Amino acid sequence: MNGRNPENGRKQVMFHDHRTFSFSNIVMVLVVVFLFLPLFVVVLYSFNSSKGMTWDHASLVWYEKLIFDSPSLWMAFKNSLIIALTSSATATVLGTLAAIGIKWYRFPGKSYITTVSYLPMVLPEVIIGISMLIFFSAVKIQLGMFTIFVAHTTFNLPFVFLLVSARLDEFDYSTIEAARDLGANERQTLLRVIIPSIMPGVLSGFLMSITMSLEDFVITFFVSGPGSGTLPLYVYSMIRYGVSPVINALSFVMILGTMLIAWVFRRFLKTIAANS
Amino acid sequence: MLRNRIAQAMGGMGKRLKGVEVTAGHVTRSYGDFKALDDVSVRIEKGEFFSLLGPSGCGKTTLLRIIAGFDSPDSGTVLFDGKDVLPFPPEKRQSNTVFQTYALFPHLTVYENIAFPLRLKHVDKQEIDRKVREYVHLVQLDEHIDKKPNMLSGGQKQRVAIARALINEPSVLLLDEPLSALDAKLRQNLLIELDELHDKVGITFIYVTHDQSEALSVSDRIAVMNHGKVLQIGTPYEIYEAPATEFVAKFIGETNLYPCTVTSCERYNDEYMMTIDVPSLGRAIYVTDEEPMEIGRGLNFTVRPEKITITIEPPSKQKAGINTFHGIVEEPVYSGFQSKFYVQLDDVGTVVKVFKQHTNFMDDGPEIEWKDLVYVSWSADDGYLVKVIDE
Repeated sequence: MNGRNPENGRKQVMFHDHRTFSFSNIVMVLVVVFLFLPLFVVVLYSFNSSKGMTWDHASLVWYEKLIFDSPSLWMAFKNSLIIALTSSATATVLGTLAAIGIKWYRFPGKSYITTVSYLPMVLPEVIIGISMLIFFSAVKIQLGMFTIFVAHTTFNLPFVFLLVSARLDEFDYSTIEAARDLGANERQTLLRVIIPSIMPGVLSGFLMSITMSLEDFVITFFVSGPGSGTLPLYVYSMIRYGVSPVINALSFVMILGTMLIAWVFRRFLKTIAANS
Repeated sequence: MLRNRIAQAMGGMGKRLKGVEVTAGHVTRSYGDFKALDDVSVRIEKGEFFSLLGPSGCGKTTLLRIIAGFDSPDSGTVLFDGKDVLPFPPEKRQSNTVFQTYALFPHLTVYENIAFPLRLKHVDKQEIDRKVREYVHLVQLDEHIDKKPNMLSGGQKQRVAIARALINEPSVLLLDEPLSALDAKLRQNLLIELDELHDKVGITFIYVTHDQSEALSVSDRIAVMNHGKVLQIGTPYEIYEAPATEFVAKFIGETNLYPCTVTSCERYNDEYMMTIDVPSLGRAIYVTDEEPMEIGRGLNFTVRPEKITITIEPPSKQKAGINTFHGIVEEPVYSGFQSKFYVQLDDVGTVVKVFKQHTNFMDDGPEIEWKDLVYVSWSADDGYLVKVIDE
């Protein structure tokens, strides 16, 4: 091997063996146990045939119930998906344009807009939730899917903005001048040069938004209306009437789903990163 | 070998490209209170390799950007072959630019980077392929054609940028410090390639640099700039041997420069032999010039370090007009092909820079070391009077 990667000939980072029974190893084991043991328990009990915390025998009864006998859960899941996709797409478009505008154009109030656009990221979610609620009731907008969509777009925007801005910081402005110099008009420069170059930032912003939107509880709680509950809200309402093992089953399905999505996107993003 | 490659590639192109004459007239450009260009006028001939040389912030890049169309002047004109180009955006001018930072498109391969201008013009696919391969071959990147820019070295990136700028067959190639990010050795090689490329394509090259040796070695003519003004336009020889101002004398190469006053002036053959009083040197010295100077005029006297002879023995005083001083070597700096000596003169204490070229062992003379007592001498013909004293 000679310390080099046979594929690209680059020097590989060499890791030291670290097998001793050391403090850092103990901490590592404790952290792993602390973080993953609860998940493991949840997964284990989703295969339990009885309802209580005592182990009876393995069964798929809760999965059956989850798939065939939980119409309101699937309704909530559908709501979650619709809101995640629409709000992320909107936030990605707005956030990308905002990052480009703030990076390359001069206009009054630019620094204020930059600061304000980070606010939803740093403010406690409760405050955003309450202020949104007050706002919607003040302008008399009926709470429902639309208000959740607006709220999610709002808190997703700074993440897209941040990720695209970071990408733009690496972007050499003379590339744009070069494109113009070589005969591209403004639209061609945007479509053929700027957008493809910042695509990794835009995509990671979009994926981040989807994750944030799918898992959000607090803000959604304030701005949702009847019939518009998302999955986190539904799970919460289920728990209020006692923990149903259906939730355990749902958790495992979601863990698997998330892992699958993460794995696919990781490969996907790596390919993009390697190509840019 | 390179010559052949260029000949092949250009032969395939069937013709030498056509250069234009570029004229900038009374161009002024300010950024707030800062005057980047102050009434600058230059006329660059058809097919010339013209350099804009000066320290950073002197306005050279601003002038280039105005010619390219990325910036517009507050007042003044820019003409290509007598036609006003100021109303046109960069893509409508017959110029293309090679940027200091390469400005390659990071998401496209070498091939697609170079094909970019042709794709915009919707050129036929086969024609694109033929031309791109021709230009890739021209800049010797055949084996890297499918790589992304981040896989290339600095020199290779700059070649891609050059090929991409040339494929549109411009009449002017504008180069904005294209080699400044490369190491010295590579810079020399690319500079020679650039020069050969210029000879072959025959278009006008405008080359911006802060590196005087780059400018001297490839340019047909150079404009030396400082503080938004053009101080001197001339061939490399004129700029080096006859600097118009104190700044030019100091900026181009190394020199010894002292204020002086003319004390006498006589005709001597077809020149004028003058004695000038140089307070820094402690006495009057001889210098010749093509024009007579009035007695009492304050000027700057300059003599290049490589024109001064350094000896341990006193030089023979047979020839007229040899200026000789005695001093002590304060700092010898050996740099292979030459040695630099900083000689402190007796009495006045002024330090004179002397460069001694090393030749073969027999002719090189005895080695001169630190604290040696030496004679430094130069002929009146090798001194030069700089007429403009900077404020």
